[in-house]
Amino acid sequence: MKINISHIAKLANLKISNDKKNQLEQQLEETIDYINQLQEVDTTGILETNQVTGLLNVTRDDKSSKSFTQKEAFLNSKNEYKGYFKVDAILEK
Amino acid sequence: MTQFTLKQKLSDLKTKKISAVELLNESIEQIEKTEPKIKALITTNFQKALNEAKDADEKIQKGVNLPLLGIPVIIKDNFCVKDLKTTAASKVLENFVPPYDSTVAAKLKKSGAIIIAKANMDAWAHGSSTETSDFGPTKNPWNLNYLPGGSSGGTAASISASQALVGIGSETAGSIRQPASWCGVVGLKPTYGRVSRFGVVAMASSLDSPGPITRCVEDAAIVLQEMAGWDEKDATTSQKGVPNYTKNLENKINNLTIGISDDYFNVVDSEVADKLSQAITVFQKLGAKIKKVSLFPPKYAVAVYTIIQRAEVSSNLARYDGIRYGNSRDYFRDEAERRIMLGTFTLSSGYYDQYYNKALKVRTEIINDFNNAFSKVDLILGPTCPTTAMPLGATKNQAMFGELADLLMEPSSIAGLCGISLPCGFSNNGLPIGLQLIGPQFGEEILLNAAYKFEQETNFHNQMPIL
Repeated sequence: MKINISHIAKLANLKISNDKKNQLEQQLEETIDYINQLQEVDTTGILETNQVTGLLNVTRDDKSSKSFTQKEAFLNSKNEYKGYFKVDAILEK
Repeated sequence: MTQFTLKQKLSDLKTKKISAVELLNESIEQIEKTEPKIKALITTNFQKALNEAKDADEKIQKGVNLPLLGIPVIIKDNFCVKDLKTTAASKVLENFVPPYDSTVAAKLKKSGAIIIAKANMDAWAHGSSTETSDFGPTKNPWNLNYLPGGSSGGTAASISASQALVGIGSETAGSIRQPASWCGVVGLKPTYGRVSRFGVVAMASSLDSPGPITRCVEDAAIVLQEMAGWDEKDATTSQKGVPNYTKNLENKINNLTIGISDDYFNVVDSEVADKLSQAITVFQKLGAKIKKVSLFPPKYAVAVYTIIQRAEVSSNLARYDGIRYGNSRDYFRDEAERRIMLGTFTLSSGYYDQYYNKALKVRTEIINDFNNAFSKVDLILGPTCPTTAMPLGATKNQAMFGELADLLMEPSSIAGLCGISLPCGFSNNGLPIGLQLIGPQFGEEILLNAAYKFEQETNFHNQMPIL
């Protein structure tokens, strides 16, 4: 099976350089060969486990509480503009 | 620095045989002596720590009684500590200074502990060597040409080198127990949900478990006591009461049945197997009954773990876009890229059922298998790792290095169980060997009891590396 590195990189929002693609492909296929062993396990009628806590529908009280000040929220950002986060445009003109 | 325990230091502080400032200075001195050799730390916090130590001394004078008052702590660099750089050993977060405390950091501070440094780790906790840290590898204090293990390798090496008595690590599947084993210290991975993950840089959210790394079992129990408990900021934490973890340590273990599985012994080096056989004899001498159990072959657990962990990694690391904090995604290095890519692949259209869903089903089978085993035995004993520490450089181009090093811990992690690694001997070339005990969910008391009794009967934990 060939893994489509460019397609997956696009989904993962990663830039993978062309010279790295072959090596990455080889390494991922090595891992996929390993995980393919799972196909040997019969899971007919077995339900999925998403989490192990046994807890269901954990909610907190619907009460407001203290959060970051604006100053704290921007403390680590290089993209502040007049009290907003500056992001790349997603709509073309 | 000679061998001391946390319990002893707490008593010395209380009786004013030593001050918190003196205790801190001992740690700083040892850090300055050993750090050039082992490189266990990313950031130190000495100035603030000194102020806190002075404050602790004042409190002690006033008779304030807190469980860890004045105790220096080394904490893995994926725990957010307010106003202290937290990098997860990745250049993506090289300048990140959290404006808040992780719950574990907050609880430790509340208990009076003093955070003196942030420890090195595999970047994003992706690995079992600490060699994938973007800030360079940590060396094993027992032999500087060897790896400390990982991902909590900085913490384990630091505790092994007596930089402090209390270390905090986190484990997704092996990241506390494996470096503890390779560095000859005690590493406790609590039940998933026993300790809050809030403020820990997330790796695989359905598995991540913070826990203590210490020189002896009793110290691990004392520290777990302060870390454990329900947290409104982590919906997966349990509301079950936290028992007194030191209360039953001295209990006899002659009513315990300990399971061993051939599947866990067939894959290990003969030296490791020999020490484990000797450990089994010690447990028998202590009165425990040893019973063979059959467990799901670990190789399938590795496959399940690889799929689930990579999938959760790809989701958790999607948030790093460099907008609100940190650098851009171009700063991810090879290991993080590999994991994000594989996780994205297994979750992508057309492959989801084949890989991710299949892994969740086999996860159910592994849990059922452990439940079945724990209906016959109280604990399961096995080697922590198939080998002793590997030489520096061993991970190069090994996409599955960590998974194979952690082969014997991944099944219990997938099931959310608790486990502890403690020293049980040394190899011919002087590297530590660890045994692990695995307990059922919320079985920490019995786990600590059995580990403590073994430790009392042996002397491995009193041996220290010469640095």
